[in-house]
Amino acid sequence: MYDFDYHKPSSVADAVKLLSADPDARAISGGQTLLPALKHRLNRPTYLVDLSGIAELRGVKREGDKITVGAMTRHIEVQNSPEVKSAIPALAYMATVIGDIQVRNRGTMGGSVANNDPAADYPSAVLGLGATVVTDKRRIAADDYFQGMFTTALEPGELLVAIEFPIPEKAGYAKMRNPASRYVMAGVFVAKTKDGVRVVVNGAGPGVFRQTDMEQALSANWSPDAVAGIKQASEGLNSDIHGSAEYRAHLVSVMAKRAVTDAG
Amino acid sequence: MNVVAPFEGIGASVRRKEDLRFLSGRGQYTDDIARPGQAHACILRSPHAHARILKLDAAAARAMPGVVAIYTGEDTKGLGGIPCGWQLHNKDGSPMAEPRHPVIAEGKARHVGDPVAVVVAETRTQAKDAAEAIEVEYEVLPALSTMKEALAPGAAQLHDAAPGNLCYDWHIGDKAATDAAFARAHKVVRFETTNNRLVPNAMEPRAAIGDYDPTTGEHTLWTTSQNPHVIRLLMGAFVLNIPESRLRVVAPDVGGGFGSKIYHYAEEAIVTWAASKLNRPVKWTCDRSEAFISDAHGRDHVTTCELALDETGKFLGLRVDTLANMGAYLSTFAPCVPTYLYATLLSGVYSLPTIYAEVKAVFTSTVAVDAYRGAGRPEATYLLERLVDVAAAETGMDRVEIRRRNFIATDAFPYQTPVALQYDSGDYFSTLDAALETAGWAGFEARRAEAAKEGKLRGIGISTYVEACGIAPSAVVGSLGARAGLYEVGTIRVHPTGSVTVLTGAHSHGQGHETTFAQLVADRLGVPLSQVDVVHGDTAKVPFGMGTYGSRSLAVGGSAMVKAMDKVVDKAKKIAAHLLEASVQDIEFDRGTFRVAGTDRTKALAEVSLAAYVPHNYPIEELEPGLEETAFYDPKNFTYPGGCHICEVEIERDTGKVSVVNFTAVDDVGRVINPMIVEGQVQGGVAQGIGQALMEQAVYDESGQLLSGSMMDYSLPRAEDLPMVSVANHVTLCTHNPLGVKGCGEVGAIGSPPAVMNAVVDALREFGVRHVEMPATPAKIWNIINAGAQRMAAE
Repeated sequence: MYDFDYHKPSSVADAVKLLSADPDARAISGGQTLLPALKHRLNRPTYLVDLSGIAELRGVKREGDKITVGAMTRHIEVQNSPEVKSAIPALAYMATVIGDIQVRNRGTMGGSVANNDPAADYPSAVLGLGATVVTDKRRIAADDYFQGMFTTALEPGELLVAIEFPIPEKAGYAKMRNPASRYVMAGVFVAKTKDGVRVVVNGAGPGVFRQTDMEQALSANWSPDAVAGIKQASEGLNSDIHGSAEYRAHLVSVMAKRAVTDAG
Repeated sequence: MNVVAPFEGIGASVRRKEDLRFLSGRGQYTDDIARPGQAHACILRSPHAHARILKLDAAAARAMPGVVAIYTGEDTKGLGGIPCGWQLHNKDGSPMAEPRHPVIAEGKARHVGDPVAVVVAETRTQAKDAAEAIEVEYEVLPALSTMKEALAPGAAQLHDAAPGNLCYDWHIGDKAATDAAFARAHKVVRFETTNNRLVPNAMEPRAAIGDYDPTTGEHTLWTTSQNPHVIRLLMGAFVLNIPESRLRVVAPDVGGGFGSKIYHYAEEAIVTWAASKLNRPVKWTCDRSEAFISDAHGRDHVTTCELALDETGKFLGLRVDTLANMGAYLSTFAPCVPTYLYATLLSGVYSLPTIYAEVKAVFTSTVAVDAYRGAGRPEATYLLERLVDVAAAETGMDRVEIRRRNFIATDAFPYQTPVALQYDSGDYFSTLDAALETAGWAGFEARRAEAAKEGKLRGIGISTYVEACGIAPSAVVGSLGARAGLYEVGTIRVHPTGSVTVLTGAHSHGQGHETTFAQLVADRLGVPLSQVDVVHGDTAKVPFGMGTYGSRSLAVGGSAMVKAMDKVVDKAKKIAAHLLEASVQDIEFDRGTFRVAGTDRTKALAEVSLAAYVPHNYPIEELEPGLEETAFYDPKNFTYPGGCHICEVEIERDTGKVSVVNFTAVDDVGRVINPMIVEGQVQGGVAQGIGQALMEQAVYDESGQLLSGSMMDYSLPRAEDLPMVSVANHVTLCTHNPLGVKGCGEVGAIGSPPAVMNAVVDALREFGVRHVEMPATPAKIWNIINAGAQRMAAE
């Protein structure tokens, strides 16, 4: 780890001011990605802006037909939230299968969504539920937010403050873990919302993406069998020592079927 | 009042004495030690697999804050090379190629991770910062990532002293007799396989601190070692030229080794040498990522084998041709692993009339490969037990029956194999029967059918194995090329008031020696466990020792303690005879009490020890005061634990994911001192065996980069991946050591991989699968299922 300075602001405004002042400053939320990167000297921030002292970034609220999750809400809090469990059980379930108990007690939803690791869990739920990413400056629709591997619509200095999830009729999530890292090797989030069916793939490609063939099939017939036979093209999917693109493409169909089966 | 103390002796599952320390975070590991004024070393490692170092410019780095010194191969070229502990010989009798292993690379780097420079600085961060500022110009040479590439005609040469990248071309057994057996065989079964390369990953990464006292000239090395005396010998005598009397090596609490901490590593020599140059302590602690490219790896064999059978399924002969990867340099034990710890085990539990095995050891531009839990014996067991299953499939015989038909008969011990070893005892039929019963082998087909209803493929696999441990008779291993003896040393120090300190040359790094060894004393001398302390891991405290590996600590180290206790009891009887005014021939000793035979006249051990240290009424003319004895024990033979492992797996058809749903281990480890500790050892070994079978693999790419170079890509088993392992013992005693013990540290890792893989192949039988290579990852298994399904659809 290289030396860096450390700030712990207590308001979003102060955090944004600090982050805007220096392009090499980095925000740290749960640190589950950034800390290992710092330890491996892969990242050299001038200073860290620790968001854990900002009370307004934390917590889950239900307002009408949406659930709002503060950026600093930890996975364990999502997992245990009565609001999330009753309104979007697939999201609560997703939180239970992120990393391990240590990760779930440190990692935050905002950190995961801002980082947009292709093998992370939450981006699939954000895109799959058609959520809105709320920053200190604006509101960004999920469809506009994710822009490929570790890339999002966030501008430099812009801070993700909350995510608003419309409550779906039904949603489900299934994933296959990478046998080594236990990140997602291929996952599928399915949701039946008032605006239609969404099917999102994570882990398998360079970023989350919608599987439109499956969306159409499920719109016509919401059942596991409707997606089981739909093949995901392997072009552009990840291929490594843990599995070929063809294997991942196959897993997409399997996970889609499971996600629909488990949807609630 | 007659208080019956709880039994703490041999056979009692007493809780581990060391656990209070470990579970409350009070263990003292090398990295926990801070010497006054210590500086920190960072090793700059080669990013290339094979490269000439054209230029190394450390000027900018030297000027960085906190930098104390920077060393390169130029500075250390006058030191000895890192020595190898074994010298093998080629078929033609010539010695193996043994190229110099420099402490720091001298002009050329030979694997990713090879030390190129060392920075010593005031802090670890400063040392790392300066290491990044060293400019090295490399000429990248062709990488030799695989043995096939290294042996190809015209391949680049890693070492001038190893033409063709060949370390040795060795053989064992009777070629002519084996050829004759194949000539008259009814059936020959041929099989090729790779034993996957593993990264040990002990929980505690390696660390070392060198210190030097200029007033006494004494060097001290704290290090994460399984054998501090061996490190003292190797480093002192061969690398740094320091006499043993001036070199103290301390291996304090060590968090797991699995073999990877047996060897003498360059970093140990670097910190010891640098401390004396700088006149201040120098510490190095390995990062986890650094461990992947600097700790010796394990396994990595490519083998072709053939089994000859007669028309009744009896084995007539075995032919084996193995390539064994040594990595870039010869690590301490490396040459003996694929030879004397592998090829000599190729008879397994079977009556095999003749065997011929050839082993070529190959240098590649990868991290050194050496012994890893089981060392050679897992490779032999995997080969044989897969081969026997293939033979069963191809002859139409039942997998259990073909084993029974070829087992060494229980009354045939001692049994001389055609590959040097003589097994002293064993009962393979009983361990097999017990395992079949426990695992519910007979009822398996119902479970298979049940799983099929849920769309799962269920399979069962068996492995019957024997291994050789308790290493080793010094004269035997000396004749085989070992450069050291493999006895062990134990001291029993009975203090004046009757408490006991045991000094042992064995080293505990997770095995629970402090408990098991204390139980030996409690059992024999009748001293409560709370008054027995075991000291290990410090050359200044323990007279001598050869350390812990090869499941030797109890069989060899424990036997040394027994021998030392015999001496203590002999002397104490003389003292007791004097105190009791009786003849020494009339003194009986039983668990702490000396008695004049047939009388109620007794003396407690504490009374005798007090007399020994306060010799007012003492046979001073005949006996020295004091009650402390040391014994060296050199074993007469290896010990031969064996047994039967049965594994049941379920495979998800649509993902290829393999889950171990049942695992039964029935092992014969000889007499069991602490059943709880033995169970833990077997479970841990099985966990590593399941890891090898299903998950673990070190993968190098064509340029010699380690793709599985961190936990992100190297799949280690976790608790959720493992079943409860049913562990049972069926004991036959070792016939040649005083405790009748055989060793339990490696059996789990030796017996389990083929049981798992035999179960995987069994689960996939509907797809016509003959063999699956380890590790059976989900992607690999899905490819097999998918290809099989497509083939069947086409038919």
